[in-house]
Amino acid sequence: MADAGALLEVEDLQVHFPLRGSFGARLVGKDVGAVQAVDGISFSVARGEVLGIVGESGSGKTTLGRALLRLVDPTGGSIRLEGEDVLGLREREVRAMRRKVQMVFQDPHASLNPAMTIETAVGHPLRIHGVTRDRADIRNRVSAVLERVGLSPPDQYLGKYPSDLSGGQKQRAVLARAVILSPSLLVADEPVSMLDMSVRAKILELMLGLKNDLDLTYVYITHDLATAKFFCDRVAIMYLGRIVEIGATEEIFANPRHPYTQSLLRAIPDPDPSRSIPRDLPRGEVPDAAEPPLGCRFHPRCPKAFAPCGWEARDLHDMLEQRWAVGGQELFEAERLQLGDLAGLDQPGSRATVPSATGTGDDVATLLDRIREDDSRERIWHGIESITPRPGGAVIEFHPGHDPVLRPVGGAEVACHLYDPELAEVPEQAPPA
Amino acid sequence: MSANGPVLDVRDLRVWYGSTRGAVRAVDGVSIQIRAGEVLGLVGESGCGKSTLGRGVMGLLPDGSAVDGQVLFQDTDLLKVSDRQLRRMRGPDIALIFQEPMTRLNPLMRIEDHFSETITAHEPKLSKAEVRRRSLEALGGMGIPPTRFRNYPHEFSGGMRQRIMIALALVLRPKLVIADEPTTALDVLVEAQILSILADLKRNFDTALLLITHNLGIVAEACDRVAVMYAGRIAEEGDARTVFSQPAHPYTRELLRSVISLNTTGLHYIPGAPPSLIDPPAACKFHPRCPDAMRVCAQLAPVEQRLSAGQRVECWLHGPGDRIPEGGREPLEQERIAVAEEA
Repeated sequence: MADAGALLEVEDLQVHFPLRGSFGARLVGKDVGAVQAVDGISFSVARGEVLGIVGESGSGKTTLGRALLRLVDPTGGSIRLEGEDVLGLREREVRAMRRKVQMVFQDPHASLNPAMTIETAVGHPLRIHGVTRDRADIRNRVSAVLERVGLSPPDQYLGKYPSDLSGGQKQRAVLARAVILSPSLLVADEPVSMLDMSVRAKILELMLGLKNDLDLTYVYITHDLATAKFFCDRVAIMYLGRIVEIGATEEIFANPRHPYTQSLLRAIPDPDPSRSIPRDLPRGEVPDAAEPPLGCRFHPRCPKAFAPCGWEARDLHDMLEQRWAVGGQELFEAERLQLGDLAGLDQPGSRATVPSATGTGDDVATLLDRIREDDSRERIWHGIESITPRPGGAVIEFHPGHDPVLRPVGGAEVACHLYDPELAEVPEQAPPA
Repeated sequence: MSANGPVLDVRDLRVWYGSTRGAVRAVDGVSIQIRAGEVLGLVGESGCGKSTLGRGVMGLLPDGSAVDGQVLFQDTDLLKVSDRQLRRMRGPDIALIFQEPMTRLNPLMRIEDHFSETITAHEPKLSKAEVRRRSLEALGGMGIPPTRFRNYPHEFSGGMRQRIMIALALVLRPKLVIADEPTTALDVLVEAQILSILADLKRNFDTALLLITHNLGIVAEACDRVAVMYAGRIAEEGDARTVFSQPAHPYTRELLRSVISLNTTGLHYIPGAPPSLIDPPAACKFHPRCPDAMRVCAQLAPVEQRLSAGQRVECWLHGPGDRIPEGGREPLEQERIAVAEEA
């Protein structure tokens, strides 16, 4: 990934937050697992580029942004800023590094100290980093940067407190504070999503202007595909701690290849009433990052998932619950009575036993066959290799799953088995959709 | 009530709050109607009074607010009925869906208990089995599996909680549902799921829905009609397709242009900020920001006009011509608005 023009290079970055577990578990030193917020992410950002990190809540995009500034400590991988290893820096050196990397947070109301005037707040970085302590100098520099972000005339704003400003004005002050040290990289985490529709465009315009004037590079973190499309040169789509697709903005938006990207793009409500949201969108929500799905992390919700995507016992449980939710009370009670305790299905694993309430596995196998006939379009049937009746229940063998990796497809990189020539040829086990 | 009459008929509603700096005219003379099976979208920027309007209809205004006008629900004026009667109507007649589902569910109550409380409060004679049957049916309609019936709210994800809230609001089959930013806290894929649920609602139960949102995309997606609110008044109201394709009010037009969508190629915004509701501009409240402002706009309040395309609009551009004084059509000389004058 060594790229001569790269300002920022991130390789295999990993941020895991260990779960504390119960007192007993800690006493015996039992490993209770970790939330895999960021799990093996690589990308680089060229000087002057705007990279968009797009994902839903729980995708790990905010953790990734914080890790770039070492606001959280990564558990693995590397970050290089202008060739310098950021993760190897000592505390003292981290502060020096932050002169080059600044962050803008989502909530402008929470980013400014309510007891500081705008002059003190915007000039604070100058004092912290020891650039100058001369009051007149600070005032001059703050005035200049306020002028630049549109808080003009600056004299009118210097003595004000954050509570005197509107949301958009506060975000301007936050941007002023971020650029006063002339950083080379700005990490902006949802900088406009708390603002009103009519103000968003103004702040984005300001950010574009600042970028051109001050030679900035942006990492723009957002859940909003529309602003990302307008604002970014390249975008990375994140899902549950991983990048599923990355490439030039035009390419991703014109030819989205990952089923997740495709779904996101189709789900955005558009002010054009002639366009409407399709109904075959992924159901459910982003799963728990402490126990992510096996194989491809999107497979339980993917409308195109097939055999090698990592099917497992938990998917079978979800499928049954979904069937009972829509099937009505009689169906639920009739089918639930035939099955034993389903808690065993909640462990990850590519082999599972569905316990029978009556003691014979034949009942369960017959029931599962009937469910399959009822709705053979369920993607999970692609991933089930066999259902074998045994005493006490039916044993389900799932197709072995694989972790997808980013591979070049067309003008982008996509992590999806559909684009893996070896896996895509696996003959389908179940009737195709 | 006539068979085709509106379920909700709000006439000249005014809601003013008291504040230390004077009266806040959050809703200042609003009239809207919703029929059965119809979705009316109420859009506007923050602070335009749209949430206050929703609460005013439900009778959920804070102390210290003054209300005037009429809120007719099937010919009953909700502003005149007793608190007791209003409480009895909430649920079986009118339901409210809020933005933050977590704060509206009791964390110490199982989902089952939320439902049985709601149902038995209004129909105390139902048997336990019937209460259970109705609850499971409502939950199933929202895709919540019956196995989760005895779980607590914290055991559900945000999208599921919002669906539980919707199921809870619908379990008594209300004729009118008011949804205040029901998808704002949700991700785009979950938002799409909730929107399709709301669309099914009117199709299956003939429910009238007032959808309050700041997201114009959602209005285009889910609403039959749209009312655009600005500074406490309805600037324009009409068929959603017509309003979006041929906006008659300059505010609607500029608001639509400032939305950043997938088709956006250039940034556009409305200069200035929404006005203070304590001391709003005289005459047309939008005139200081309006690119089309005429002299009359700063002199006289606009009169509601009904256009041939079907929408009603309060803007002097659409007349009536005989009320515009001589020279009133001359362009207005506006004060320059600073870049950072914004919300």
